[in-house]
Amino acid sequence: MKVLVTVKEVAAVEDEFQIAGTSIDETYLEYDLNEWDDYAVEEAVQLQEAGIADEVVAVTIGPERAEETIRMALAKGADRAVRVWDDALEGADLLDVGAKTAILEKVVEEEDPDLVLSGVQADDDGFGATGVSLADALGFEWAAVVNHLDQDSVESGTASVRRELEGGVEELTDVELPAVLTIQTGINEPRYASLRGIRQAQRKEIAPKTLGDLGLDAAAVENELTLTDMYEPETESDATYFEGGPEEEAAQLADLLREKGVGAQ
Amino acid sequence: MTDVLAIADHRRGELRDISFELVTAGRELAAETGGDLHVAVISGDTERFGEQLQLDGVDTVHTVEDGEEFNHDVYAQVVTQLFDAVEPQFLLMPNSVNGLDYAPAVANRLGLAYVSDVVDIGVDGSTLTATREMYGGKVETTTAVEADQVAVSIRGAEWPVTDDTGDADIEAFEADVDESAVRSTVTGFEEVGGGDVDISEADVLVSIGRGIEEEENLDLVRDLADALDATLSSSRPIVDAGWLPKNRQVGQSGKVVTPDVYIAIGISGAVQHVAGMKGSDTIVAINTDPNAPIYDIADYGIVDDLFDVVPALIEEFE
Repeated sequence: MKVLVTVKEVAAVEDEFQIAGTSIDETYLEYDLNEWDDYAVEEAVQLQEAGIADEVVAVTIGPERAEETIRMALAKGADRAVRVWDDALEGADLLDVGAKTAILEKVVEEEDPDLVLSGVQADDDGFGATGVSLADALGFEWAAVVNHLDQDSVESGTASVRRELEGGVEELTDVELPAVLTIQTGINEPRYASLRGIRQAQRKEIAPKTLGDLGLDAAAVENELTLTDMYEPETESDATYFEGGPEEEAAQLADLLREKGVGAQ
Repeated sequence: MTDVLAIADHRRGELRDISFELVTAGRELAAETGGDLHVAVISGDTERFGEQLQLDGVDTVHTVEDGEEFNHDVYAQVVTQLFDAVEPQFLLMPNSVNGLDYAPAVANRLGLAYVSDVVDIGVDGSTLTATREMYGGKVETTTAVEADQVAVSIRGAEWPVTDDTGDADIEAFEADVDESAVRSTVTGFEEVGGGDVDISEADVLVSIGRGIEEEENLDLVRDLADALDATLSSSRPIVDAGWLPKNRQVGQSGKVVTPDVYIAIGISGAVQHVAGMKGSDTIVAINTDPNAPIYDIADYGIVDDLFDVVPALIEEFE
């Protein structure tokens, strides 16, 4: 069985930052593997270690810089990777769901996996849509916001999953393979890449592909969404702030808490 | 094509709040487009749900009978057919966990531009403008959508719930569901993380987030909770890391709590967390980042390092 994992390099923003136009100035960004995708990679690698997956392939849409991030997936155990980038994608503030779906659909068709794992959402654009959109485009089954996967069920051709609903309720669902599952944080404990893994990752293949390589042209990734403005949300804070160093702040807070009857016993 | 079609959300026999927020958002959009507002409810007790959705500003409620509970294969087919029948300009869906499970499929099937998790929407001429957050809520963005028809999912708790009764027509919609395309089966529901402590019953909560950095540091907040005779709770990352059990998690996917005092320590205040604790009487936040969204709802704030403030606070109560 082959498992494909979609991963994305996302930018984390420092506490203090400046916006330039409709993007955040590069100086204030640090790039990392999307948190949700980290859990998806771990789930795939665990399927491999259990002898259920024969091969784990990571796929990303991103510029050359993103290879650093995808090597993290390789260091954690993915066998090889595919990276799609193209001049036609350069400079887009936002790649919409349709464009991402069109690209990943072609990669999945080439790779022909039985199972695709994807993070529920990416921490940068927060669309939370690519996995399910991709499944529908492929004619695959799917389940969104999965926080448990029964490994044995996968072997028998049906993924038995738990979906994390709101309010501490989980839904138990069976979906036929091939399927796309969008993975929620907390489904497992993502491993740190070992030094050995990091060394091995250097020798693993990251195949670069352009839109042309996938049989697509620029029209396939035309964006209907345009970012027109970016700004820091207005703070609505009307909180009373305690100031004057930790001891003084703690003392003021203690007064308040005593007033409220906290710790009176 | 000026109408708006909104799809209600329900679970285990109850319409969820987001259904009534969708009506509010839909009513605003319909006022701008000059079209009608259609609301649809699929599966469950559609007769009762239909009546509950006869709200002011709603023109037509479409009820679609098909099983008791949500199934994404059914929803994807039915919403697609409803869209073709109503031909709306805007299709509104909830950005709930169930919305995440069918809305992108509907958008793909219909070839619609899709903009998700929006916190505000408007119409500028024929262009939809959507306000969204990016980078975990650090920035807000405006997105223009250049398309005749657009699918949108809206974030919960951003629009007021409406309950003003109206006189909408209720129409049963006969969907033609292809059962061979239903390849997912919901086999049940389970409440998670009962456990020893019910944080929703606590009067005082000491709640910890990512700021605690290491599992070993949890002892520090445990000591504080003991000193204050409070109950320990946390935001999602602490539970994800396995440092505290699921029954301690406050938030959208955890417990909703309403204590007298909620002390948020090292918690940034992501919208999912805030959804679970905003009903607390008094909210105190301790965080090094003065721009953390937790301060938007806090009554009292200390912008400082928790590793300095918490020990000092413990000393105050010892």
